[in-house]
Amino acid sequence: MKRYRGATANAVDGCSFAVEEGEVFGLLGPNGAGKTTTIGVLTTRVLPTSGTATVAGVDVVADPVAARRRLAVVPQRSNLDRSLSVRDNLVFHAAYHGVPARDRRPLAEEWLGQFGMADRATAKPDVLSGGQAQRVMIARALMHAPDVLFLDEPTTGLDPAARLFLWDRLRQLQHRGVTILLTTHDMDEAAALATRVGIVDHGRLLALDTPEALMRSLPGLTALELTIEPPLAGVDGLLARLGALSGVARTEHLPDAARGETTDGLRGHDRVRLYATGPAPSLVAPAASVVAGAGHTVTNVRLSSPTLEDVFLELTGRTLR
Amino acid sequence: MNPVDAPVRATPPWRTFLAVLHRDVYVTWSELPIVLSQVLLQPLFLLFVFGKVLGALGYTRPGYEDLLFPGLLALTAVVTGMMTLAFPLVRDFGWTKEIEDRLLAPISTSMVAVEKVVFAVARALAASLAMMPLGVVVLGSIPWEWRNLPLFTTMIVGGSLLGAGLGLVLGTLFPPERINIFFSLVFTPLLFTGASQYPWPSLAPLRWFQVLTALNPMTYVSEGLRAAMVPGVPHIPAWVCVVVLLGWIGVLLPVGMWGFHRRAVD
Repeated sequence: MKRYRGATANAVDGCSFAVEEGEVFGLLGPNGAGKTTTIGVLTTRVLPTSGTATVAGVDVVADPVAARRRLAVVPQRSNLDRSLSVRDNLVFHAAYHGVPARDRRPLAEEWLGQFGMADRATAKPDVLSGGQAQRVMIARALMHAPDVLFLDEPTTGLDPAARLFLWDRLRQLQHRGVTILLTTHDMDEAAALATRVGIVDHGRLLALDTPEALMRSLPGLTALELTIEPPLAGVDGLLARLGALSGVARTEHLPDAARGETTDGLRGHDRVRLYATGPAPSLVAPAASVVAGAGHTVTNVRLSSPTLEDVFLELTGRTLR
Repeated sequence: MNPVDAPVRATPPWRTFLAVLHRDVYVTWSELPIVLSQVLLQPLFLLFVFGKVLGALGYTRPGYEDLLFPGLLALTAVVTGMMTLAFPLVRDFGWTKEIEDRLLAPISTSMVAVEKVVFAVARALAASLAMMPLGVVVLGSIPWEWRNLPLFTTMIVGGSLLGAGLGLVLGTLFPPERINIFFSLVFTPLLFTGASQYPWPSLAPLRWFQVLTALNPMTYVSEGLRAAMVPGVPHIPAWVCVVVLLGWIGVLLPVGMWGFHRRAVD
């Protein structure tokens, strides 16, 4: 738990999780959810008000120095040393961490090359773009061969190409055995990179699982939507028969308000939604025959499956903050 | 060797400390002309205008430059120590965050603060010593008493530590968004109430100002250096200077360390 000086609420309050070695763990949450504070605690920069945190088996409160040997942090905003060149940023970082002097430069060249920054080695950080600074910070973080790499919203503000490049590099790091903990509010990123995702809001961990399991956890969201003509005199009978099909969790007659979404505004049809317990496409044929048996025709079919975003919104709500 | 497979190093803290210190020295060295102008231009101009120009025009009495020089040495030591830390710390903690990489080095946060103090003292000492030949060039000669070398050394080192302590306190407790009033509110009063341009006992006719200057710790560095370099001029007794100076250092450094911790760890 963490409460800041003068704050009325806890920034992090009941956020327990364990990240496996070699895992890419995504911490997902809206702005102000407590992601950065959680990373701050794990990286020894924020003292927890209560609770314990260990990184690579080291208690970060009891022995922050030992923890710092094993972890590396890439923050949201550039904190590169602006008085040093890009290469010197890496070389001095290695020196702080006791990398032997003869290894520092070759290592710096190697990591700068890996992150496509070899030709900017002598540049000062001030002239780098946001994406370049990001890559230099990751390269710098890797100079002391950390066991755990913390990335705070690594791709926020990057263009799509830079983002894909970064994802690719992070996957490579994972293959090399680096444990990665990243925060993001980008659903695609979490789905693409993370082996497991924890969703936090108001400092609490709301859900924790693989992206696939999280998406499956919302059965009501895998749905089949049917447009039926001519309009039904009474829908209850048909809904009951559709609801009796195996694989249907529940049915719903969409109210008028929802019509604007997919229809052309004509009131010549009705729409019903079937929430599937399993894969929704297998419901198309049986549902169509039930509708035909009642003397109606299915004129449009729409499938919707949940995304991590649905899970996220379901858990954290839609309120803007 | 695959770099990621490298073993965790149990780096001794002193090596990390030296690496962090090396960074500051390296940066200073690579920006030497800028650093020199920041550190030496102001005392040099004060020395030239007050010690040379006013004297040549007959506005000051002969011998004034001998009173002035120890005061400007004190000013150089204190201000250099302070400015080495105050502004960079406000900037580092406030917005550039570039100190974070060192705060995440395998070394205790206190040691990072100690490194800052050591570096500031070293820079203040270097600047003060550089003032000596400059004084000879501008004034023709500077007062000197070999027998008072221990007192001189004590006061120069003490003044540098005082400056570092002030810098650490101001740099970590001064609100970053108020940095624009730093010069008018802190720097200028400190500069002109530190007895660097006048010996303290001579302020007796201006009693209220004399009391005010007694509150400025720099006064005791100026007076202590006068005691060492121009002992014939009336000055605050050397032992008083040493005791008060040590008292200030003893308060400022712990408060500054506390402030540093407060900014470094939430």
